[in-house]
Amino acid sequence: MSVEVFLRHRSGAFALDVAFETRGGVTALFGPSGAGKTSIVSAIAGLTRPQQGRIAVNGRVLLDTAARLWVPAEARRTAVVFQDSRLFPHMSVEDNLLFGWRRATVKAEAASIAHVVELLGLGGLLTRRPRGLSGGEKSRVALGRALLAAPDMLLLDEPLASLDAARRDEILPYLERLARETKLPMIYVSHSVEEVARLADEIVVLKDGRVSAQGSAFDLLTDVNAIAGVPPLGAVFEASLAEQRADGLSLLAFDGGALAVAKLKRPLGARVRVRLRAEDIMLAREEPRAISANNVLPCVVSALRAGGDQADVQLLCGATRLVARITGASRARLGLEPGVAVFAIVKSVTVEREAG
Amino acid sequence: MIEILSPAESQALLLSLRVSAVAVTCALPFAFATALFLARPHVGAAGRFAGKTLVDGIVHLPLVLPPVAVGFLLLMAFGSRGPVGGWLLAHLGIRFVFSWTGAALASALITFPLQVRAIRLALEASDAGLGEAARTLGARVFDRLANITLPLALPGIISGAITAFAASLGEFGAIITFVSNIPGQTQTLPLAIYAALQIPGGEVQAARLCGLSILLALLFMTAAEFAARAARR
Repeated sequence: MSVEVFLRHRSGAFALDVAFETRGGVTALFGPSGAGKTSIVSAIAGLTRPQQGRIAVNGRVLLDTAARLWVPAEARRTAVVFQDSRLFPHMSVEDNLLFGWRRATVKAEAASIAHVVELLGLGGLLTRRPRGLSGGEKSRVALGRALLAAPDMLLLDEPLASLDAARRDEILPYLERLARETKLPMIYVSHSVEEVARLADEIVVLKDGRVSAQGSAFDLLTDVNAIAGVPPLGAVFEASLAEQRADGLSLLAFDGGALAVAKLKRPLGARVRVRLRAEDIMLAREEPRAISANNVLPCVVSALRAGGDQADVQLLCGATRLVARITGASRARLGLEPGVAVFAIVKSVTVEREAG
Repeated sequence: MIEILSPAESQALLLSLRVSAVAVTCALPFAFATALFLARPHVGAAGRFAGKTLVDGIVHLPLVLPPVAVGFLLLMAFGSRGPVGGWLLAHLGIRFVFSWTGAALASALITFPLQVRAIRLALEASDAGLGEAARTLGARVFDRLANITLPLALPGIISGAITAFAASLGEFGAIITFVSNIPGQTQTLPLAIYAALQIPGGEVQAARLCGLSILLALLFMTAAEFAARAARR
């Protein structure tokens, strides 16, 4: 399970020059518009032909300009979910869903059609026409259509960018579930930190047609110096449901401690992704007592970035990295420097919701 | 069959319908191919752009040329001693002059630009992104043509065909020049009106045929509107 991408293309003033490799899972292409995200997706899908490049998915070479090898888009098995859905207006939802399936050389089984319909909540839409669907429903159908084409990889080109916040929140749980359940390598184009934090395993940060940073989502999003112009998150990590406590809270164990969160209706041992906002973490030099916050984690300061009257304090809690955003004045008063032991008081924890 | 019409009138009416139906049906595949060529975005090469402009001009020629000129050109090419007509007659036994098939050929040529325009507009209005989506889902070129391009252009194809049919019912100059005015063979409605006016006291007959023409034209233009609306749904 790997995707290998090397592309070099110049058109007008824009030059694309990128190389990256992923180990499967969800790889986010992250960056501002004009950074080259969509150009990369088009080249991987075979909709544009780069001047120089090599693309391989799970070892199958789709493009190699040095070897004059070019697999046309219709034979690449790289399904795309476009930002504007691109559903066929003259077909029912069902015919849209089955368009790629009917043409696939390796067909998904009937059971998996039912599974995709269930996974994306499409059961009630099958006989409808795309015209009558809401934006969120269109996105789900486009996603189902791509999945049923039995692709070797999935390319998602800002699939949520044209939706409002409420619709986005409606789709994200489906995507989270998909990312968890499928083994398909996915490339997810986005300029939203939240989407990336919720879905990505790895991140490739793009700027002006070049890769400016690459790494795991857990590291990159909590690195105070990794992505210029993007403030770090408080934390992104995987935890497992360890205990349903008698006080009604659920205990999530992670590498570095445990967090008590509002009751999660999941089986014990279930893996969930946890996100903290940097603004929701307070710091104390001594262990606070009699405090309303449910979570106090012992940490060590590992790095600092001060800018203006704010400071981002990077912490290590076991092997897990946290970032607290505090004022410059607080930082000076507490005498925070790398190596100092502190307690992180977590005011609020966001855990992915169940789709449906 | 049609009792309020005289035998001569119904003969002219049926001939008109037959000539127009054959003209439009035979021209349609060529019109679709031409529209497809013209609607494709011209990528780069200046040569292809020039070729497209030339084809566009030739297609529209019958619309701006006097129909009599078109009829004359047809007579030169497809007449029994013309280069094309002579060959067809000698090798395939197909004769256009003085025959209803000639009237259909003239009508097809005159109404060809109407069909091309309507189909081209529909093709240009449909989203090119849908073709890309179909490609990434494994649809090859003829697959996309049959299942994406053609159905999306259907409203244009239908309204183009009906408009061409209605226009073809009124074609006069090219037909009379190319295949003459022979009752039962090449005398369509407009030619019958013209013939009636050549006879002293034929005004009543001409007026009846005129009314019939108006009725037919209205009928088909309305049908075109409805068909296009239904296909869009």
